[in-house]
Amino acid sequence: MPCSDYDPASLPDLLPLYYRRLFPFSQYYRWLSYGGVQKNYFQNREFSFTLKDDIYVRYQSFSTQSELEKEMQKMNPYKIDIGAIYSHRPNQHNTVKSGTFQALEKELVFDIDMTDYDDVRSCCSAADICLRCWTLMTIAIRILDRALRDDFGFQHLLWVYSGRRGVHCWVCDEAARKLSSAARSAVAEYLSLVKGGEETVKKVVLTDPIHPFIKESLAVVEKYFPQYALKDQDILGRKESVDKVLALVKELQQAFQKDKIPESRWEHVLDQALDKQGTTKKGQHFEKEIMLQYCYPRLDVNVSKGVNHLLKSPFSVHPKTGRISVPIDLKELETFDPFAVPTISLICEELDRPKPGEEQSEDTNKNEDEKDAAEKRKVRDYKRTSLAKYIKHFDQFLDTMARSWKGELLKKSDLQKDF
Amino acid sequence: MLFSGRRRKLAVNAQTEIYGQPLQFYGQPPLENISLSEFETFAVDRLKLLKTVETLGVSYVKASEQYSFKLMNESKSLNFPYRPEAGSMDDRKPQPGPTEYDKRRKDHISHFILRLAYCQTEDLRRWFIQQEVDLFRHRFSELHPKQKLEFLHRNNLQYDTISVEEKKALQDKLISSSAGISGITVEDQDFYKVPFQDALDVVRMRKVYLKAGYVYIPHQDIVTIVLNDFRTRLSKALALTARSLPAVHSDERLQPLLNHLSHAYVGQDYSIQKNVGKISLEQIDSLSAKSFPLCMRQLHQALRENHHLRHGGRMQYGLFLKGIGLSLEQALQFWRSEFIRGKVDADKFDKAYAYSVRHMFGKEGKRTDYTPFSCMKVILSNPPSQGDHHGCPFRHSDPELLKQKLQFYKVSPSGIHQILELVKGMHYQLACQKYFELTHNVEDATFSLNHPNQYFTESQKLLGTGRDMKRETDGAQRSQENASTKGSSTAREAAAKPPQQIAEMTEELDSFFQDA
Ligand code: SF4
Ligand SMILES: [Zn+2]
Repeated sequence: MPCSDYDPASLPDLLPLYYRRLFPFSQYYRWLSYGGVQKNYFQNREFSFTLKDDIYVRYQSFSTQSELEKEMQKMNPYKIDIGAIYSHRPNQHNTVKSGTFQALEKELVFDIDMTDYDDVRSCCSAADICLRCWTLMTIAIRILDRALRDDFGFQHLLWVYSGRRGVHCWVCDEAARKLSSAARSAVAEYLSLVKGGEETVKKVVLTDPIHPFIKESLAVVEKYFPQYALKDQDILGRKESVDKVLALVKELQQAFQKDKIPESRWEHVLDQALDKQGTTKKGQHFEKEIMLQYCYPRLDVNVSKGVNHLLKSPFSVHPKTGRISVPIDLKELETFDPFAVPTISLICEELDRPKPGEEQSEDTNKNEDEKDAAEKRKVRDYKRTSLAKYIKHFDQFLDTMARSWKGELLKKSDLQKDF
Repeated sequence: MLFSGRRRKLAVNAQTEIYGQPLQFYGQPPLENISLSEFETFAVDRLKLLKTVETLGVSYVKASEQYSFKLMNESKSLNFPYRPEAGSMDDRKPQPGPTEYDKRRKDHISHFILRLAYCQTEDLRRWFIQQEVDLFRHRFSELHPKQKLEFLHRNNLQYDTISVEEKKALQDKLISSSAGISGITVEDQDFYKVPFQDALDVVRMRKVYLKAGYVYIPHQDIVTIVLNDFRTRLSKALALTARSLPAVHSDERLQPLLNHLSHAYVGQDYSIQKNVGKISLEQIDSLSAKSFPLCMRQLHQALRENHHLRHGGRMQYGLFLKGIGLSLEQALQFWRSEFIRGKVDADKFDKAYAYSVRHMFGKEGKRTDYTPFSCMKVILSNPPSQGDHHGCPFRHSDPELLKQKLQFYKVSPSGIHQILELVKGMHYQLACQKYFELTHNVEDATFSLNHPNQYFTESQKLLGTGRDMKRETDGAQRSQENASTKGSSTAREAAAKPPQQIAEMTEELDSFFQDA
């Protein structure tokens, strides 16, 4: 394990280095300009910065990549949030007539936070996570990614580790960016199954017929449930969690007293469910309800609803853990380890120890104008750190999206030719 | 605004065309001038109709036979359109009373007047849209199949149907996506392929099959698309109207009338602080047991136990407390003293939470004075999730837990039974009202509950003026009467003005919509 001891007190020293030599500005700008298909798309975007001592500045906006770069290098934000694309430049919002300054578009976003699972995980609570409960995030990504693609037809989904205890999803398709807030909340509600707060014991209720979306989601949960819930979380072994399950299926009190082995207790649950299916109508899906209550993704609907809601930006640093908010490659989702995500102290350190062999890459000696050279130097900088593979994944994501913009631009220029 | 002769004729023609149809989307504002007395009766009658829509929606299953029957009768007696088959232009045999044309005109104009009165706050808009959508649903479902198709055509709501092969291939999915669909209905009906953005309600409730961004809607459910469209149009229109409102507000004749209209049916506006400082912080514990509705009692208890409430709870409870008369200083003291007993120290409180308390009192940020949440808002928006204690216990608690809680609060078994029955029927406010009656020993509460602060005021009234008080008149009705008499007195005042001014006023009215 590389040394990644991170000390929050060192943040003010590390941030300038990070923003000067490591932050992937060109990819970032490329992402948020969306191929220049729409005018002023980057320029009218709101950024907000959290500075030292929790000073929060909203409505920042930038006209070019270099302005963004300069500003970030000057302010060295502890945290960066991305907001909506507005009708006017956000930094001029005070000068336009009130009521006309409006949030027009934004990616459709989702926020899944481990604290929302506190009633169903026993390994940790609140802001803490471990590899055992991280499975919940894996399940969440699998379920939502499938639904957003297959059911809603979206293609450009960027999954990002929040830097601490959760994940974010940025749906970047044009159609998603243009959704009204009513539509966003409808999507979020379609995707929500676990309902109710502290006053609800049974948080998932299924009715017949079971919707295809729920069937698909169940198929995902079923894959993880035995290992995750029965083994790792031991929900049918540890007394407190057994009591919680029993609150959902009171009938099994006796059976559970006789049988202590989690796996066979779960078989009792399944048997009981099968029995019920033969007789009554009500509650016949309770084994599915239990699985969903323990594993189904818990969304913060409020984050998804508003067009103007801000969300922490990819590649922002988490001030508490020092970890970078990195994009997650779904091809490697099963092995994604939040604790292996580089911290700002680690990558800054890596900068200082040059890796042998990489120093002399072939293009060093070619003639380039200066700006290009500076750009190249920066590329070489991050390539020497463990941030590289995440930026590479981000590049791939952008390439795929670029192919779809090309289609858009072609269509537009074809139209123009017609005139 | 002045109409030339020609312009007026054109306008009248457009009108005639609109009134040729049994149902419309209210896309065009009325262009004619009306007298103030007509303005007044139209508005009051439509409010009566919408109020009926609301009450029927609580007492009957929407679209059931009884529901439709009652709604039709009410429309009839208030001279609104109620028979879609009636042609408007060819009422050949002259019948006594208003013609179909008159009724459709009244429907049209009254809808637009209420837009003015009900665009002002989020709560008003929510109420108005809900009732108008229900009314529209009723009317659309009364149309003949042919008229429905015509309506879709005329409003450009046409979608592709899927082929027989595709239908076969998707049969299982289509059946399991909706409770009302069987194999036979799949074969018999056309299915429309509609972008999901055009059918948000069924997407939200997962009542339809969704694939690659399209929902597959059986012909029998086509009404959902129409309603979706209607709802979207209406909420956009209200937002636009709200923007032209400053102009309406500055009109001394219109403004009081509109205010009366909007207050008449959704009840009091609890954002205006009365009784400030009449309550001391020491009283809150005992008041919470005696006079708080369950939702607030639950929040209070959670706060005392955990020394913390999450954002949703702070908003719901904080605004309620403001509504019962806590001053800003008291509120700050209240929240601080509780929070610092938990994980938050005084410094952190002042940094992170005091702002939001001041915010509630309109002292920070946009400086909007926030209104305490109505029951509808508590019940419909922002449902509680993990860690939350807000919401309405009748709506958001497990019936089993609710039962325990009621037992704990010493409600009789028969009372609990009655409450749970109401909850089962989704009549949450009625359940709450029943709880009020049982805990205050009154047989028939003399108000119809729609606001947690109203619950509190009514409770205080009863406890202050002695128990077992019997009231003769039905309170809800009485307040309606009050409101309409108040309304007509403004109308009388206005009517006393020279007729010329009245004409001016109605002309201005349509210019408000023109701007929008
Ligand atoms: S009905 Fe209204 S007052 Fe009663 S508990 Fe629910 S929200 Fe509160
Ligand atoms: Zn854990």
